[in-house]
Amino acid sequence: MLETARQYRRCKKSPVEKTRAFLEKIRSDTFNAFITVDEAGALQGAQVAEELLKSPDAGALAGIPVAIKDNICTRGVRTTCASKILSGFVPTYDATVVKKLKEQGAVILGKTNLDEFAMGSTTTSSIAGPTRNPRDPSRTPGGSSGGSGAAVAAGLCAGALGSDTGGSIRMPASFCGITGLKPTYGSVSRYGLVAFASSLDQIGPMAPTARDAAVLFDAIKGYDPLDSTSVPRDYGPTDLDGIDLKGLRIGVPEEFFGEGLNQEVKAAVQSGIAVLEDMGGRIVEVGLPHAGYGVAVFYIVATAEASSNLARYDGVRYGLRVQDPLDLGDMYARTRATGFGPEVKRRIMLGTYVLSAGYYDAYYRKASQVRTLIAEDFRSAFSRCDIIAGPTTPVTAFRLDEMIDDPLSLYLLDIYTIPANLAGLPALSMPCGFDSLGLPVGMQLMAPHFREDLLLGAGISFQDRTAYHQEGS
Amino acid sequence: MKAYDTVIGLEVHAQLLTRTKIFCGCSTQSGLPPNTSTCPVCTGMPGTLPVLNRKVVDLGIMLGLATGCRIASRCIFARKNYFYPDLPKGYQITQYEHPLCEGGTILIETGQGIRRIGITRIHMEEDAGKTIHDDKAPSSYVDYNRSGVPLLEIVSEPDITSSDEAVAYLRELRQILMYLGICDGNMEEGSFRCDANVSVKPAGSSRLGTRTELKNMNSFRNVQRALQYEIERHIEIRESGGEVVQETLLWDPSRSVTASMRSKEESRDYRYFPEPDLVPVEIDTAWIDGVRSGLPELPFARRKRFIEQYGLPAYDAGVLTQAKTVADYYEECVRLLDKPKELSNWIMTEVMRVLNEQGIPITGLNVSPKMLTGLIVLIKKGSISGSMAKEVFAEMAATGESAESIVEKRGIGQISDEQELQSLAQEIINSHPDEARKYCSGKTGLLGFFVGMLMKATQGEANPKLASRIMKELLEG
Repeated sequence: MLETARQYRRCKKSPVEKTRAFLEKIRSDTFNAFITVDEAGALQGAQVAEELLKSPDAGALAGIPVAIKDNICTRGVRTTCASKILSGFVPTYDATVVKKLKEQGAVILGKTNLDEFAMGSTTTSSIAGPTRNPRDPSRTPGGSSGGSGAAVAAGLCAGALGSDTGGSIRMPASFCGITGLKPTYGSVSRYGLVAFASSLDQIGPMAPTARDAAVLFDAIKGYDPLDSTSVPRDYGPTDLDGIDLKGLRIGVPEEFFGEGLNQEVKAAVQSGIAVLEDMGGRIVEVGLPHAGYGVAVFYIVATAEASSNLARYDGVRYGLRVQDPLDLGDMYARTRATGFGPEVKRRIMLGTYVLSAGYYDAYYRKASQVRTLIAEDFRSAFSRCDIIAGPTTPVTAFRLDEMIDDPLSLYLLDIYTIPANLAGLPALSMPCGFDSLGLPVGMQLMAPHFREDLLLGAGISFQDRTAYHQEGS
Repeated sequence: MKAYDTVIGLEVHAQLLTRTKIFCGCSTQSGLPPNTSTCPVCTGMPGTLPVLNRKVVDLGIMLGLATGCRIASRCIFARKNYFYPDLPKGYQITQYEHPLCEGGTILIETGQGIRRIGITRIHMEEDAGKTIHDDKAPSSYVDYNRSGVPLLEIVSEPDITSSDEAVAYLRELRQILMYLGICDGNMEEGSFRCDANVSVKPAGSSRLGTRTELKNMNSFRNVQRALQYEIERHIEIRESGGEVVQETLLWDPSRSVTASMRSKEESRDYRYFPEPDLVPVEIDTAWIDGVRSGLPELPFARRKRFIEQYGLPAYDAGVLTQAKTVADYYEECVRLLDKPKELSNWIMTEVMRVLNEQGIPITGLNVSPKMLTGLIVLIKKGSISGSMAKEVFAEMAATGESAESIVEKRGIGQISDEQELQSLAQEIINSHPDEARKYCSGKTGLLGFFVGMLMKATQGEANPKLASRIMKELLEG
């Protein structure tokens, strides 16, 4: 990304040329990374960027072609959430992140594939069909931001935006061998992100390197008066030179290395941590005693919020509406039965159940309390360390034809990523090695609220020293 | 028949007079063409988020202070989930576990003196849109202009013991809202709406009876009639050995009955939970004090003060304080002219009559307090008679001219020229010799007859006191 920016400035390449080249590549994409490609909009954006680049003040993103996950609203370009229920829906406004990218001259190539409403970890439940992993097309790219992950890994864009509710940026980043950042809750505006679970959702960058992820993150972060949960504070730019790891206390929670973790993944992550140590980091053992409840808490809080967030898809104002309903109830029932896929329905039903009279205290209230305990765990861990390191996922990308059809096992894939969402913490996934099949393994770094500088800085320094992020494709 | 106690609790929804909606910047103006005061937020477009209009909190705190509530230092919004086409998000943003205000009181005047009605809570929420059914077409329409208009829900304790008290409570609450200038109080247009919970129990019993919920009462009269009907229905059921069924009923004003809308089994499970898109509202004492400093005097206190300070009868004080604007008008008049009772009479009769005729609020009246007191000064000076003043007032109200200029222009100053009146009086006596004789022989009651003739001869422009004195002198002299 930064190299492209330099080329633009040396007039070696122009944004229009570059955009045409990406669009050409996307046309022969065999991974099904995109749901919608906006060729006209992209070329128009590239032209605007050429003008911008005539000024010395043009930012690093001017003319850089990026992709947007298709649950982020784009004015005039259909936004499907990979769901039949939103068929025909064209937003009348740009999400704040899209507006920011456009203002900085980024070229938006199109909208990437995802699990329906970002609910899943395989990018297989989309109406547009499954996305394949560019590292091995017989395998899943992970999810739910699998389209963004695959687009970045396959070089179909310079960078992409994903969204992360329980690991949806980090997991595909891990499976596709790229870098992905789930920012602190409240540091990137959610305005225009179609909500799955409002208290957990966060938009973040996915890119080939931590440095590129930092450039994208800097472009989208900041307080937004349109999002009441966005935090007003001073958001300085990230230091793209990385940080000195000397003396950095790296917490390694034993809970992240227990049962269920694939041995090859474990070995790769441990070697990654060894690199950090070798660079001057100091390893500290920390405990996250309640992290084990994360998945259970997540599937109560997230489904409860989802059951309410998805109530608006009723066939009244936009998207799908079934023909000739008998009455209002029939219109609702059949529209929603036809429009939502099985995983979305499962979560709506779970969420409706846990909020029901007589069950609220046992489920939702209890889950909220445990959520607080998990946040407390991190608070106390971060009194002993600066960042926490561990695996992003317990396994590497699995074959699409070996798809696990037991939802519970699929849910457990998010066991290491969910805690950061529950606590609102920033977390980064970057490649740290390969398994015996040559599939990338992701290492997850977590930091205290608003300390993305530590994550991106450590990531940049790590990648300046290693080549995992360049290998394998 | 046994004696029964009635237990009523009321829930009022008051539409707030903010310029913009509670969670977006759209105008709250009513009467606009359908769906023209809408945006992605208030139509529930995917990806949109609510942003709280702080003015709504101000107005909620204001009502809380006016009714003696505790103002929460931290209150939170919640989602109330249900499906209906006029509810664009599939949930209403309201407050549930941590409302803005709790534990207040409203004083009402009843036949048995003053009663305290407890306020359980006051919370903020958004209004829904309007569904419009076209009987001829198979489809319905939705207008989202009202979607997101701010409401306060005011929940009373079950302290109300009769339909009359319920109406007294509603009148008082409505008056407070209007005094504060935070709601226009229009019941027909739905900016002040009321639901009721009713039950009866044997007199003196502490065990509450089964309650029913009443909806669709859009006037004080309908509230009174619906509650009375429902109370009698409950008593009848109990008297005949039956049991009241817990349900929600709609008042049908055309048939004067309540009809079942949904039973307890059909009651909705709203699945309330804290609204994750909004942060808790933190309210410090500075915020509360700021609102408090802007509070006007409230109707109950003002009524009391009018009686004490101006020596007005309770009736006058009640009428004058009904609306804040009228009370303000009255006090400005008294400040200009220290004749409290006379001014009260004028406002309660002539001013109110013009307001009713023209269908305007007092703020739209052509006659300012200064002009009204100017008119009364003319009466005092004897320049015009009381009856003539009423005509002058009507013209002032129609044209906006001052009393002085109307009197001058029409040349209707009273005839206070003694000589002119004396010669007219003499003519009248001369042409009525029989009556004059009778007067002289002791039928002094005939004075009125002669004065009347004199007034008639001057087309009412004679100064009545002067006319009477002159007539008397001539008859007796």
